[in-house]
Amino acid sequence: MQTKKIINDGNRAVDEMLEGILAAHPRHLKSVDGSPRSIVARDGPRQGKVGLVIGGGSGHEPSFLGFVGKGLADAAAIGNVFASPPPDPILECAKAVSGGAGVLFMYGNYAGDVMNFDMAAEMAAMDDIEVRTVLSTDDVASAPRDQRHKRRGVAGNFFIFKAAGAACDRMLSFDECERIAGKANDHTFTMGVALSPCSLPQTRRPNFEIGPDEMEIGMGIHGEPGIAREKLKTADEITDEMLDRILDEMAPARGDKVAVLVNSLGSTPLMELYIMNRRVKQRLDQIGVSIHASWVGNYCTSLEMAGASITLHRLDGELQTMLDHPCDCAMFRAG
Amino acid sequence: MTTIDTSHLVAMFAAIATAMSADRDRLCALDGVIGDADHGIAMELGFSAARDAVAALDTETTDPATLLNTAAKSFLNAVGASSGPLYATAFMRGAAAVKGKATLDDADVVALFQAMAKGIQDRGKAELGEKTMIDAWVPAAQAAGEALTSGKDLAGSLEAAAQAAKAGAEATKAMVATKGRASRLGERSLGHMDPGAASAVTVIEAMRVALTT
Repeated sequence: MQTKKIINDGNRAVDEMLEGILAAHPRHLKSVDGSPRSIVARDGPRQGKVGLVIGGGSGHEPSFLGFVGKGLADAAAIGNVFASPPPDPILECAKAVSGGAGVLFMYGNYAGDVMNFDMAAEMAAMDDIEVRTVLSTDDVASAPRDQRHKRRGVAGNFFIFKAAGAACDRMLSFDECERIAGKANDHTFTMGVALSPCSLPQTRRPNFEIGPDEMEIGMGIHGEPGIAREKLKTADEITDEMLDRILDEMAPARGDKVAVLVNSLGSTPLMELYIMNRRVKQRLDQIGVSIHASWVGNYCTSLEMAGASITLHRLDGELQTMLDHPCDCAMFRAG
Repeated sequence: MTTIDTSHLVAMFAAIATAMSADRDRLCALDGVIGDADHGIAMELGFSAARDAVAALDTETTDPATLLNTAAKSFLNAVGASSGPLYATAFMRGAAAVKGKATLDDADVVALFQAMAKGIQDRGKAELGEKTMIDAWVPAAQAAGEALTSGKDLAGSLEAAAQAAKAGAEATKAMVATKGRASRLGERSLGHMDPGAASAVTVIEAMRVALTT
């Protein structure tokens, strides 16, 4: 049986969504002429500033294009559902935001994205645009601790892009922007849990099977299998299981400061996210870690998947400055 | 000796696209077990785009290398994903292997085929045994070369390639993924055929049928 979706044509879903987004956010976003999958900030890119291009597959809205705007990313390259964009729209983004100070490519660590963005970087070099790449690898569940470079990038992108976007907007040097982006990634840890699958607009079939009383800890944002399938537990037990892994790696000291993101994978409602966030606060209070800022809602989704992720971003003075730096994007504002 | 010209290659891309549409849901299901369930969609989309782009070319004035480069670019821009760069690189390398030729003889087609496999391997940086499409493409290219050297014609060489691809894809069931999305699964990928290797078998079989029957 096919899943129910409000769409016209599965093959046109991404382009029709983009038309709707540009109609809703004309003050923030525009597409590059002749390259409708290259979405650029109306305000932000400028001479002498390091350009920040983010991107990835569709289906994760508001990631990635919702974070395009002054103070955050300058452009996003848009792929098909759950598929990396090809090199051409990425290259068009790089050209559109290049201010002569270099362009940073930032995206989650997936084999397809790496190949396409690397091809775009080679093409940009031929146009005399220097590109450097910082991959996000915040998903604790996706590879062992000693293989952090193999991990996926998931909802923690939010903090990692935020820090890099602030560094770029503050007109820091290419070296500094790259360093801060990498440091933000090193300070960011995410764990996810999935309760029920999503379905792609082209197939309208559930993308994995899971029992009515089961959950999967560590599942990826495209339904990649996680690390453990268990019976569904209470919110506090689930939150504890996720936080235990994050805290074990982050190893915070008493008095440390963090920012928190409790993110829905699509259909899990705010009610459940706030119940999880309540437990996050209790746990952090117990170990003397203070919360500088929290975000609870849809930031990196997986179509209509049910489930959630928790991200902790460990702050020092520099990362706190970057987090507090104002930004004004189509789907996110701060400061 | 078979002589392959541009119009044969147009027909070949049409045949691959048809085969991929028929295989789409099986590939998505295989991908759903160990990946993100979209492999069949990407492959159908890519080969449909390649089919349409090469069908629009004038076969009288287009040489095989130009056709293959056109297929590469259209596949890449329609798909992105992992299969986009991998198959685009395959066709670009194939084009380089037959550059300047108006028609292709048996040895040219086998050289094209081997260049495709090498292109996929170079772009994906995968080795044999890592549970990827390389486990179908590399043995297929090797078998085609050996068959040609031993005196087989194109039909015999591509038949050997198709058999080797099937065996290679079958062998991925016993492998633990270390590359691509499935690598995050570790041991849980055991027992499942790699979807990229499965679709490689479909591509190679469609090429064989289109070019030799």
